[in-house]
Amino acid sequence: MSSSLPPHVRLANEIAAQFAHRPPAEAATAIATHMKTVWDPRMKNALIAHMQAGAQDLDPVAALAAQHLAAAK
Amino acid sequence: MTLLKEPDFGTPARPGEATIELTVDGVAVQVPPGTSVMRAAKHAGVDVPKLCATDNLEAFGSCRLCIVEIDGMRGTPASCTTPVAPGMNVRTQNEKLGKLRRGVMELYISDHPLDCLTCSANGDCELQDMAGVTGLREVRYGSGVDAGANHMAAPTDSSNPYFDFEASKCIACSRCVRACDEVQGTLALTIEGRGFDSKVAAGAGVSFFESDCVSCGACVQACPTATLQEKSVIELGMPTRSVITTCAYCGVGCSFKAELRGDELVRMVPYKNGGANEGHSCVKGRFAFGYASHPDRVLEPMVRDSIADEWRKVSWEEAISFTARRLREIQAQYGQGSIGAITSSRTTNEEVYTVQKMVRAVFGNNNVDTCARVCHSPTGYGLKQTFGESAGTQDFKSVDEADVILVIGANPTDAHPVFGSRMKQRIRKGAKLIVIDPRRTDLVRSPHIEAAYHLELRPGTNVAIINAIAHVVVTEGLVDREFVASRCEDFEAWEEFIARPEHAPEAVDELTGVSAEKIRAAARLYATGGNGAIYYGLGVTEHSQGSTMVMGMANLAMATGNIGRRGVGVNPLRGQNNVQGSCDMGSFPHELPGYRHVSDDGVREVYEQLWGTPLLNEPGLRIPNMFDAAIDGSFRALFVQGEDIAQSDPNTQHVFAALGALELLVVQDLFVNETAKFAHVLLPGTSFLEKDGTFTNAERRINRVRPVMAPQTGKQEWEIICEIAQAMGYPMHYDSAAQIMDEIALTTPTFMGVSFKALDEAGSIQWPCNVEHPDGTPIMHEEEFTRGKGRFMETVYVPTSERSTRKYPLILTTGRILSQYNVGAQTRRTANVAWHPEDILELHPHDAEVRGIEDGDTVALSSRVGRTTLHAKLSDRIPVGVCYTTFHHPVTGANVITTDNSDWATNCPEYKVTAVQVDLLAEPAAHAATQEALVTGGTR
Repeated sequence: MSSSLPPHVRLANEIAAQFAHRPPAEAATAIATHMKTVWDPRMKNALIAHMQAGAQDLDPVAALAAQHLAAAK
Repeated sequence: MTLLKEPDFGTPARPGEATIELTVDGVAVQVPPGTSVMRAAKHAGVDVPKLCATDNLEAFGSCRLCIVEIDGMRGTPASCTTPVAPGMNVRTQNEKLGKLRRGVMELYISDHPLDCLTCSANGDCELQDMAGVTGLREVRYGSGVDAGANHMAAPTDSSNPYFDFEASKCIACSRCVRACDEVQGTLALTIEGRGFDSKVAAGAGVSFFESDCVSCGACVQACPTATLQEKSVIELGMPTRSVITTCAYCGVGCSFKAELRGDELVRMVPYKNGGANEGHSCVKGRFAFGYASHPDRVLEPMVRDSIADEWRKVSWEEAISFTARRLREIQAQYGQGSIGAITSSRTTNEEVYTVQKMVRAVFGNNNVDTCARVCHSPTGYGLKQTFGESAGTQDFKSVDEADVILVIGANPTDAHPVFGSRMKQRIRKGAKLIVIDPRRTDLVRSPHIEAAYHLELRPGTNVAIINAIAHVVVTEGLVDREFVASRCEDFEAWEEFIARPEHAPEAVDELTGVSAEKIRAAARLYATGGNGAIYYGLGVTEHSQGSTMVMGMANLAMATGNIGRRGVGVNPLRGQNNVQGSCDMGSFPHELPGYRHVSDDGVREVYEQLWGTPLLNEPGLRIPNMFDAAIDGSFRALFVQGEDIAQSDPNTQHVFAALGALELLVVQDLFVNETAKFAHVLLPGTSFLEKDGTFTNAERRINRVRPVMAPQTGKQEWEIICEIAQAMGYPMHYDSAAQIMDEIALTTPTFMGVSFKALDEAGSIQWPCNVEHPDGTPIMHEEEFTRGKGRFMETVYVPTSERSTRKYPLILTTGRILSQYNVGAQTRRTANVAWHPEDILELHPHDAEVRGIEDGDTVALSSRVGRTTLHAKLSDRIPVGVCYTTFHHPVTGANVITTDNSDWATNCPEYKVTAVQVDLLAEPAAHAATQEALVTGGTR
């Protein structure tokens, strides 16, 4: 992991690591809920944009969570 | 108000009902069993003469002034050491007793300077009082040098910055020695010598300053003469009036009598009726108030267009209109969400409330955060997830009923000294102690205190340890099944999770550095030793898994049934005076006051109706997000209330870059602090001595902060906020701080019954205070949890990405010391610097030896983000591979070293784990510490 990642990507990956023990779909839902609860819209939007750009540095479960955020918009 | 002299009952109160009836000088009185005759007499309205007795110390029976006659008892027993008995008939005054007392007084006075008229304690001397009370008219032995051998030439020890020890006036009553023992628990003082040679000594052949004395002031308070006297009283004279108020240092929230002569503060005396401190104090609250009148105080607003310009002193009107205009201009150019504010945990609830209201109602966004972000935000998250309320569960007194005290990542004797003393009192009475901390704090082993177990874990492995302890509880059949079944939910899934082999102590002993045997023993003790109480500090929260760890502790408490009654609980020790309050007041960007989410339509509607403006339903930026957004250009203006983020927040160069990128930085503070160097507007703030409002301490206790003097700036801080709001076009006005609290109570269910009037009547109130709990709530979750059922949460241990490497092989952890507070803005401007003139680096002798470092050497401390220099102190308090420093001095800049790693849930910085290298500087520079940012964004 490198701090050259954008802050929202780094944080999303760190959150995903906390939920890695849960099934991916369940984890993604929990992560998206967490982000909805405490993340500023510009961070959520930036994460969604990062996911939609197909970036490879986003944890797959975090990317799934970003999809949930995008769908909820 | 006149000088408040609290009644002294002579000996401590005893618990229980007043079932023992006796008669004192013909007056019938009922008191609890175990009460002394002296105290019973006081309850009957009879003052028995005394010198060695005072009611915060156990009876000693040495002065013999308090003798009485009791029917059926021989002689004249000391009333302080004689317990009451049913039907006792006591006489405190007759000719015989008077004669005996005068004889005692003659002996005292024969060896005491007769300089009462010029003595600094004139009017506040119990020896002087007793001479009058006993009717002393002559001293047959002469006095002073005429009386033969005496102590008149005994030297005065002026080494302590705050008080003198004038030995010639000592009457050897031992009150100071006993206060140091029974109240403070340091045992620095002793009576040296025997008989006539007996004298008070602070250690063996050393001065007070050189001794183990922690300058709590308990001895000064206990002294009945001028022997131990504040230098301020000697210099300024006796105070003439008192104002009851609340200390502005740590989260204990001690109540004090501010004692003044006219408008000049002479001394701070801990208030006996203070709910948090009950008459005790520490060196900071008792003595370190000089910063409030320090010449560095900024008393006039200042403005500048660019941070390259000189400050320009301006009127309040200009400063406020400049601030309002620039905020609106920036919003017009960059958008509604381009500005925000940070509230302070040092200001009052009322001041914090107005700032968050300004952000939500006037700025029109939720970009408000608090400095609690960087300390206890994981507490708010973790306890809300598990218990349903973002607060500690107990009052401080609860520890008196704890049987096993589990201290995790906290150093209460340094950082929360008054509670630390209370905790030590309980441990000395038999409670067992478990300490989980990489560093051997004083609690682990000090006079009369020894931890049963010290789990000296590697920094960053808290979650692995707490999971291992819970694993033992679950797998060894130590779960309180009845409690779990009736009070909790999601236990089965958690039980399966925590019982997995990877959580066994044997699986994590190498990782944590703590033997499996010790983990198991500590777990068994906590689970089976009676009432188990957890106390924790920033060593829990300031990690990348801080929130997980808080939930792990909550799991453990629930699994063992250690919640919902006295003597148990999960208790955060809050760093600053109003951390709890600033969080309660809606400082978090996702929560309105009372921890209610901004997306809750019903809650928002309450404020929208009252404030007359729509509110956003999306969370705003947290402090680290504000910094990132400042650098990316979407966040352009910041209002900072009473916090020095440039010094206190991690990864200094990142913070500097963010602050430097802002178009407008408004700082409201007492001083031109490090943050103000990047500011365009400096709005002078008020010290705690000038504020009118409330602080809420770590036990949810709301205390009044009463103005001791008028604001030196001419305005209360909440008035300034209101004026900025008005200048921005929003009608915000309050007549008084009390009116702000009324609005808080009107809109926040947990504060429903709180008002200044109620606080003045009750002294203090612990929230929730509502219809169900009109007198407040000392213990939470008694019948059910705030959220209904306590929720078990799976707490996966995810190691921090900050790991030691070949280049940075040591782990730096940070902490506090007793004499200093936070970034030192206050304490560095007091005589407390005598104890801590600079931050030093504690380094294990082994790590020092392999680097050729000796005690006192100047060393370079570097991490992947920065480098600074400090002096090294070799110490085996920390394990091999770990080093430790404090962050009280800007010249050292400990946060030049710390990284932007943070807690996954809350963004609380990971101050406690930084991979570093320590090198001996080849040519030790004069210690004007140099700081240097390395390449920003260095890889881990």
